[in-house]
Amino acid sequence: MKKLMLGNEAVARGAFEAGVTVVSSYPGTPSTEVTEVISKQYDEIYCEWACNEKVAAEVAIGASFAGARSMTAMKHVGLNVAADPLYTASYTGVNGGMVAVVADDPGLHSSQNEQDTRNHGKASKIPVVEPSDSNECKEFTRLAYELSEQFDTPVIVRLTTRVAHSQSLVDVGQRCDYKLKDITKDPAKYVMMPAMAKARHAIVEKRCDDIAEYGYDCAFNKMEINDTKIGVITCGISYQYAKEALPDASFLKLGITYPISAKLVKEFASKVEKIYVIEELDSFIEDFCRSLGIEVHGKELFTKLGEYNPQMIKKAVLGVDAPELIEVDEQIPVRPPVMCPGCPHRGMYYILKKLKLTVCGDIGCYTLGALAPLNSVDYCVCMGAGIGMAHGMEKARGQENTKNVVAVIGDSTFIHSGITGLIDVVYNKGVSTVIILDNSITGMTGHQQNPTTGYTIKGEPTRNVDLVKLANAVGIDRVVVADPFDLANFEKVVKEEIAASEPSVIISQRPCALLKTVNYGAPCEIDQEKCKNCKMCMGLGCPAISNNDGKISIDASQCNGCTLCMNVCKFGAIKKVGEDNE
Amino acid sequence: MSNVMIVGVGGQGTLLASRIIGKVAIKAGYDVKVSEVHGMSQRGGSVVTYVKYADKVHSPLVFEGEADFLLAFEELEAYRWLPYLKKDGKLIVNTQQMDPMPVITGAMKYPENIARKIRDKVNDVTTVDALSAAMEAGTVKAVNIVLIGCFAKNSDVDKQIWIDVIKETVPQKFLDINLKAFEMGYNS
Ligand SMILES: Cc1ncc(C[n+]2csc(CCOP(=O)(O)OP(=O)(O)O)c2C)c(N)n1
Repeated sequence: MKKLMLGNEAVARGAFEAGVTVVSSYPGTPSTEVTEVISKQYDEIYCEWACNEKVAAEVAIGASFAGARSMTAMKHVGLNVAADPLYTASYTGVNGGMVAVVADDPGLHSSQNEQDTRNHGKASKIPVVEPSDSNECKEFTRLAYELSEQFDTPVIVRLTTRVAHSQSLVDVGQRCDYKLKDITKDPAKYVMMPAMAKARHAIVEKRCDDIAEYGYDCAFNKMEINDTKIGVITCGISYQYAKEALPDASFLKLGITYPISAKLVKEFASKVEKIYVIEELDSFIEDFCRSLGIEVHGKELFTKLGEYNPQMIKKAVLGVDAPELIEVDEQIPVRPPVMCPGCPHRGMYYILKKLKLTVCGDIGCYTLGALAPLNSVDYCVCMGAGIGMAHGMEKARGQENTKNVVAVIGDSTFIHSGITGLIDVVYNKGVSTVIILDNSITGMTGHQQNPTTGYTIKGEPTRNVDLVKLANAVGIDRVVVADPFDLANFEKVVKEEIAASEPSVIISQRPCALLKTVNYGAPCEIDQEKCKNCKMCMGLGCPAISNNDGKISIDASQCNGCTLCMNVCKFGAIKKVGEDNE
Repeated sequence: MSNVMIVGVGGQGTLLASRIIGKVAIKAGYDVKVSEVHGMSQRGGSVVTYVKYADKVHSPLVFEGEADFLLAFEELEAYRWLPYLKKDGKLIVNTQQMDPMPVITGAMKYPENIARKIRDKVNDVTTVDALSAAMEAGTVKAVNIVLIGCFAKNSDVDKQIWIDVIKETVPQKFLDINLKAFEMGYNS
């Protein structure tokens, strides 16, 4: 049966068909739907959101050691967090097959960097498998478990945004009947102390050679010999672009991009006249070809930045110009993402901006506070970094000079990797003020439960982390819970906490406006008679409020009635539709 | 072969629209790829999705000058993405206007007379007030289905297939509203 499936959905299907029984992941675009689909569609598979990618990988490793087929899924930067366990799981190898799905984001649609996961594959000596459409997502995932068990290694299935987030037809198969493997006590394999690891390293090196050899004739790699004047070596989504641009060319499509079969590449090279290596991001395959002494054309024609397309390939290889375009010569205002109407983060940033604070930000919906008009966030590096950075600033410039520095971090991000930063502040006698944004959900990635929400991925009630008690327990005596829509109180609290000469935590508490449980009732409207056009409300950067030639109005189809704008209006000119504000 | 590009503002329901077009194309017997947007830009940003159907589809994306259809959920977005439309392509545009942040902050102006400027550049333009139609059908959320109706009228696929797919896709309790919205778009 053929079904239209998202790449991520097809990866989930592959896990299902392979008989996987344990999945632990941390959300991250463009990987999130892999785990979401499993939790919604495949009750046979135990599935969880872990606190972060490191824990998720460790759960998958444990499940594999216990004899199950397991999976963990993450975005590319998640692999940095999970690298520690994975690099050594490369040494132990597996018992049941294990796959780490890692989704890269060329073009940075939803990410803070553009790193290429294949480098992690090479560095950790874990094989990397790359599908180029949904059917391959399913098949390669399923086959990755066989690869994993045959060669006793974890396997990385590398996706990119366009593979993960496009739908194409999938040949759906049956779930295999996978029996848990026996557990044997084998410290030489599973206890990585120097003596054991030394021996394992030799096994790992041999394994890399073996997999490269296996790649010469396997289901992942494919050679298509057509016109031999042009030969293309490619992988993943670049294959689709190149195929569209150069339908007559010969192709070596690598499904295993690490380790690459040298024999296969040499054979292909001997069959074609001129070779182009077409791969997004780093010159990974290209460097390998060059190391074999094969002459190829690559990054001197194509870029290491962003995404490719068929037009640029046609231009570079055939010299064919792109089609003539309908021209728009006017400058068109950009439309960056914004905080939603009713977003609780807006009230908080309004105050931080008013107090002119320096904000060590973090990653989540609240990073959008860096954009106009709130312009609040001054720094953002990676998940959890805000707290450590605020502490570092204090140590660099002294307590007295950093009273205006705060760290701002979401609830999911705090659990992911903020708590360790907070402990560091306390332990090392810092006085930072940390604002935890408790919006009752993991917002940015599309509403996942997390340890602070009290629900599991399946929506079952569970014990939730009590952020107040947690902060107290690590040694923060000053913990205040404040509503970011109560602007006067929030301002007072922030002023008090930044003035204090001890570390403090402010829990900014109000649920995400997109949660089904949030209902603010009627939208707001502006009483034009009372409006003095002072534009205070415009300073909130709410997409529902606009200024048409001096007339400020609220778009009822966008406004969700949160009333934050009523709070900032000094003239009482904003009211809820249908209510009197006399 | 058809290259369809759907543009709008995050939150307007472009994703569902592209999924419906994708399912319809499958029922009509084509190979199909649908490219979606998830994550950051869904938060009120400019969003673009693609549906390509043909005997065999490789790239899931449509690039500049390649779209046979541009289905725009908002005027400024139609204008922004115009260079993606083939010179003889069809444009369907919802007359709704939503201010992007640079306009809200006063840094830039919302371009004037977009509808006229578009007509100067494109021969085949259909404009629809999908917001009013959706409200008349029963909910502002049905803007996407009104536009699907309008697109269906312009496509070469049988109307009944569209209706079947809508029945399979939208939740039962909103079905009547959505079918009404579809008809309003189809007959607009
Ligand atoms: C290491 C890593 N993992 C995952 C992500 C993807 N990601 C970005 S923000 C975010 C969660 C944000 O949730 P929260 O902190 O609760 O803030 P909210 O978006 O709800 O405001 C995630 C998972 C990432 N950027 N880096």
